[in-house]
Amino acid sequence: MTDREPLLAFEHVRISYFTRAGELTVVPDLSFQLGAGEALGLVGESGCGKSTVALSIVRYLGRAGRVVAGRIRFEGRDLAALSDAELRRVRGRRIAMVYQDPVASLNPVLTVGRQLMEVPMLHDGLGPAAARARAVRMLAEVNLADPERVLERYPHQLSGGQQQRIVIAMALIAEPALLILDEPTTGLDVTVEAAVLDLVRALRRRHNSAILYISHNLGTVARVCDRVGVMYGGELVEEAPVRQLFTDPRHPYTRGLLDCLPALGRDRHRAPLAPIPGQVPAPGVRPRGCGFAPRCGHVDPPRCLGGPVALLEIAAAPLHRARCVRAGELPRWTPDRDGTAPTGASASRGEAILRLEGLRKEYRPGGGWLGWRRGAVRALNGVDLAVARGTTLAIVGESGCGKSTLARILSGLEIATGGRVRLGELEVGMLPIDRRPRPLRRTLQMVFQNPDSTLNPSHTAGYAITRALRRLRGLPREESRREMARLLEIVQLPPELAARKPHQLSGGQKQRVAIARALAGDPEVVVADEPVSALDVSVQAAIVNLLGELQAGRGTTLVFISHDLAVVRYLADQVAVMYLGTVAEAGPVDAVFAPPSHPYTEALLSAVPVTDPDDRRPRILLEGTLPSATALPRGCPFASRCPRYLGALCDETPPPEQRLDGGHRIACHIPAAELRRLQASGVPPARAGATAGPPPTSARA
Amino acid sequence: MTPPTLEAAARPVRLARPAARPARLRAWARALGRVTESAPASIGAAIVLAWVLAACLAPALSPYAPNANDFAAVASPTPSRAHWLGTDHLGRDILARILWGARTVLTVAPLAVLGATALGALLGLTAGYYRGWIDLVVSRAGDIILTFPVIILYMIVLATFGSSAGNIIAVLTVTKAPIIARIVRGLTLELRGREYVLAAKMRGESPLYVMLVEILPNARGPLLVDMCLRMGYTIVLIGVLGFLGIGLPPPDPDWGGMVKDTYGMMSVWPHMSLFPCAAISSLVIGFNLLAVGLRELALRD
Amino acid sequence: MARFCLRHLLALVITLGVVSFLVFAVNEFSPGDVARKILGAYATDEQVTLLTRQMGLDRPLLVRYVEYLRKLAAGDLGFSTRFKVPVGQIIWARLENTLILAALAFALIVPVSMLLGILAGMREGSWLDRAILVFSTVVASVPEFAMGVFLASIFVVWLGWLPGTATLAGGGGWSTAAQFVLPVAVVVLYDAGYVVSMIRASMVEVMQRPYIRTAVLKGMGFRRVVLAHALRNAMINPVTVICLQISYLVSGVVVVETVFAYPGFGRMMLEAALFKDIALIEVGALVAVGVAIGTQILGDLAYMLLDPRIRT
Repeated sequence: MTDREPLLAFEHVRISYFTRAGELTVVPDLSFQLGAGEALGLVGESGCGKSTVALSIVRYLGRAGRVVAGRIRFEGRDLAALSDAELRRVRGRRIAMVYQDPVASLNPVLTVGRQLMEVPMLHDGLGPAAARARAVRMLAEVNLADPERVLERYPHQLSGGQQQRIVIAMALIAEPALLILDEPTTGLDVTVEAAVLDLVRALRRRHNSAILYISHNLGTVARVCDRVGVMYGGELVEEAPVRQLFTDPRHPYTRGLLDCLPALGRDRHRAPLAPIPGQVPAPGVRPRGCGFAPRCGHVDPPRCLGGPVALLEIAAAPLHRARCVRAGELPRWTPDRDGTAPTGASASRGEAILRLEGLRKEYRPGGGWLGWRRGAVRALNGVDLAVARGTTLAIVGESGCGKSTLARILSGLEIATGGRVRLGELEVGMLPIDRRPRPLRRTLQMVFQNPDSTLNPSHTAGYAITRALRRLRGLPREESRREMARLLEIVQLPPELAARKPHQLSGGQKQRVAIARALAGDPEVVVADEPVSALDVSVQAAIVNLLGELQAGRGTTLVFISHDLAVVRYLADQVAVMYLGTVAEAGPVDAVFAPPSHPYTEALLSAVPVTDPDDRRPRILLEGTLPSATALPRGCPFASRCPRYLGALCDETPPPEQRLDGGHRIACHIPAAELRRLQASGVPPARAGATAGPPPTSARA
Repeated sequence: MTPPTLEAAARPVRLARPAARPARLRAWARALGRVTESAPASIGAAIVLAWVLAACLAPALSPYAPNANDFAAVASPTPSRAHWLGTDHLGRDILARILWGARTVLTVAPLAVLGATALGALLGLTAGYYRGWIDLVVSRAGDIILTFPVIILYMIVLATFGSSAGNIIAVLTVTKAPIIARIVRGLTLELRGREYVLAAKMRGESPLYVMLVEILPNARGPLLVDMCLRMGYTIVLIGVLGFLGIGLPPPDPDWGGMVKDTYGMMSVWPHMSLFPCAAISSLVIGFNLLAVGLRELALRD
Repeated sequence: MARFCLRHLLALVITLGVVSFLVFAVNEFSPGDVARKILGAYATDEQVTLLTRQMGLDRPLLVRYVEYLRKLAAGDLGFSTRFKVPVGQIIWARLENTLILAALAFALIVPVSMLLGILAGMREGSWLDRAILVFSTVVASVPEFAMGVFLASIFVVWLGWLPGTATLAGGGGWSTAAQFVLPVAVVVLYDAGYVVSMIRASMVEVMQRPYIRTAVLKGMGFRRVVLAHALRNAMINPVTVICLQISYLVSGVVVVETVFAYPGFGRMMLEAALFKDIALIEVGALVAVGVAIGTQILGDLAYMLLDPRIRT
């Protein structure tokens, strides 16, 4: 910490919302500092108050929110004391913000250029021509190709990554002293996220802006920030330089978070996920002592529950503070733990219960009265997969790869346009769900992504399950009620929850009910489409473990669709990597996640943000444009962005499928041995003309 | 990411049996109590309730029979102690006619609205769920009915088939159904892609079950607000039909008809037309305020 | 763009066709009734049968319909039994009168409701918003005839400032302009009340969108945020509603026309319906529907112009 005046200082700030139910204190007492040019991350799960903190800095808490006590100082001045005119001068000029949902943060009826140019015209008094020139320069800085043309576009004509770059450009165009980023990469694909994070790092260095980075994703914070603060229940429970926080966490909550994060490179047998019991507290509900005590595994009642706990420095590391009375006593944290990770009969190559051969799916966009057909969208373009009974197959890929379409075809919500889908002995590719006989419907069930819409808000949880029991197993009412109680127990929910409606349940509870519902018919195959993506980190671990246990205990075959490679690495036996409707690589999970890898898998793996400060993976950035879904190239679909692009061969000829040991296959023109050699060397690939970054240096301690 | 609700975290878990009677009643009482939280809703509800009471108790409250002529009063029909609101040009007590007119209006309008809602909901559900040619036919037919300026349609139909309470209800039902169908169709289109609907399909539920049990209950909120608004419009329409002379046949008291008969004498005896106008205006204001309040409450959640 | 025009033209033609057939069928379904309607209630059965045969009314419905279409195309709109003139002579004159009223009302409704709706919606919950909301709700709840009676009782009976009728006939000492004041006022009050609530609702929704937050946090003043960012978005939905009001102003103002004895299109249709003047009903219905569809097309066009997401 320097002796200079900090750029931003929170001094015992207390923020409350005033609702019909009275005063809700979201942030009771928050103090921290941010120096000029520093990058501070704030992590926490939903409801911890981090977004409230961000909005309080720019005084945008809405009518109901207020800073009730304490002071927020920016550049030495108390922000609450600013007049409206002064506040407007600070917003956008000295403090700028980047938001979570870029498409919603941009005005859909104004061109991108107009929205960008507003800022310098407003704050620096530039004329249109000068503002336009600056806008063009800024777009080039955020690596948007063809900036002149982009200026004329409307937000909906750009991709998610491009939109977020525009929002970042809008924030930086006035050269603010402080840049606040609120979950800027949530909802973006992993490779796009990596590019955006690198951009933020580079821009910060160039403009010397201080950064307040808010996220629930510890990995992204590790990549961007110098220091990290962990928030829980509106309080800062730990604060440390990045390296220290991830190697030597002191607060049990931080340790719990790191324990329940599946790590990309770590073996699941040595580091099983340990979910944090209980759930995130509701805002405003605070016990007398330590806020984390109800869920803490190291709680010592007399000391922890006696009274409020202060944020104290750790003796040996003065920059490291933790709000825990036992911070100094706990044994040093290691990523390795005892315990058994859930695994199915992974090694056994049992008979394939599910087989996909040459699966194709095309959509024809209709439209209007006369429905002219303007070219088909090819969502799936010849997919071959086999799933052995009792194992877990994960399907990974980014948006547009076809994994969701695949799930819908398996479940019968859509039918295939071509190819075969064999479930056991039956051919089901062309059987829509309403034509499937009941035994078939029982065999394959689905768990969906969004816990908020997976249950009917008008029905109780119990009804959802009993209805499934009655429809799928034909059980009479009394018996179905008993069976429902049994299912609730299996998914570790108390039986009283059966009478509750979904709005009275938490996200994790809703997802458990959805799993119970899927299990009602005793299915042989469960298709789970991103079942944990929308859940809090600590809850994700619990659901992932549950799925693993259920699969191991009942011998269910699990087809698990996700974009989260770490979870896939943890849970799956086999994995298939999809890109634009084809399988780029498939095989046992250990084989796929190690060289030789398909270049796309390689890029994916390098893009996943991890919490390991010693992360030395080469950074591979994907440049180039995605081909349009209606005009897929003749050759390899990845050719336009592949860092290991060979030349015309990749464009013209579809890549051959190379079969390696253990059922591992890669669809690439480069021979596997060559790929292994190139990838083991640690040199990042460079496509002609593209810029690949060097491995990142670890954050400043 | 859904933060758990205050209730889930703070309330101790208690055993509750499904479909417990007192719990349901309490839920209803709570819902009704919420109405008082919004000023427009309370005022609107009060007005509507007052009129409903007046209509129900008309036989008891009304000082005279609605069609009884008091020829003595024709000479000076202005409000007096015998006739609190005065009489019309045929000596019929205006207060009595207003009270009895309330009965008519508050019978015909709700029936029409219920009919239109039921028909429209059914059509909207089928159109939104099945899409394809059913949707095309229903939407286009609805569009055609809707483009037809409403009054012209009424005039043509009622002039051809004659006017009676039954005919009016039928015509109102058929002409209001398309609007409700459109609303329900929009909601159905939105809800049919929800995951719980997909889950129902995966159980092999019949389309009828999905439409009525999975989708319809979640369209309750907007439908309720719309029904209140619809009541207001319908009452206005009944009044307008009466005013134009194509409403209920005389001599039954119909607020619109009362105005039609007496507004020509406005320069001499304004009270004859003013009171029925005030009556119909207040009732419609009541319903519309209620609708505004309900919408506000729904948004606040 | 071409697809848009084609699609809407098709819709127009089909709807007109269906409507004209339905109206024709409803009116002329039973041949005896047609002849009776023409001859009046006192005709004898023999006269009815004679006329039926004479006019060829005993031919099948479709044949008669096609012949009717052919006559229309040739410009023969039929003869009005109520007004005793060819349809063409009365219908266009009446339509013109109504259009004048409509234009005056529309010219007032649009700016007034936009102003009030935006003022109300931009600061939801403020006293101005509440006041405008209550005012517009109340005003839109009073039926036109009631509003006409209320205003007339104040301005005509009590104050004597304005005429009680608007027959445009000249005599009576009131200028034409004065005659228009009350009818226009009633129409504007009733319709603007409804449009204000639509615009307000749209504005409230837009002001809660994240891009408004972006604009505010860029440091823009409130007025600038509303005008530059919120306004256009807020008008996207209401603009179609506003265009549809034109259709209401043409055919739906029959009540106002009746209250003030204004010689307009709606009143003409009412009398035709009551008198069972078939020819006038049929042509009038077509005109009304044509106007309705025309305004729909206008609304769709305006929607496309405002929202670039539809255009591109």
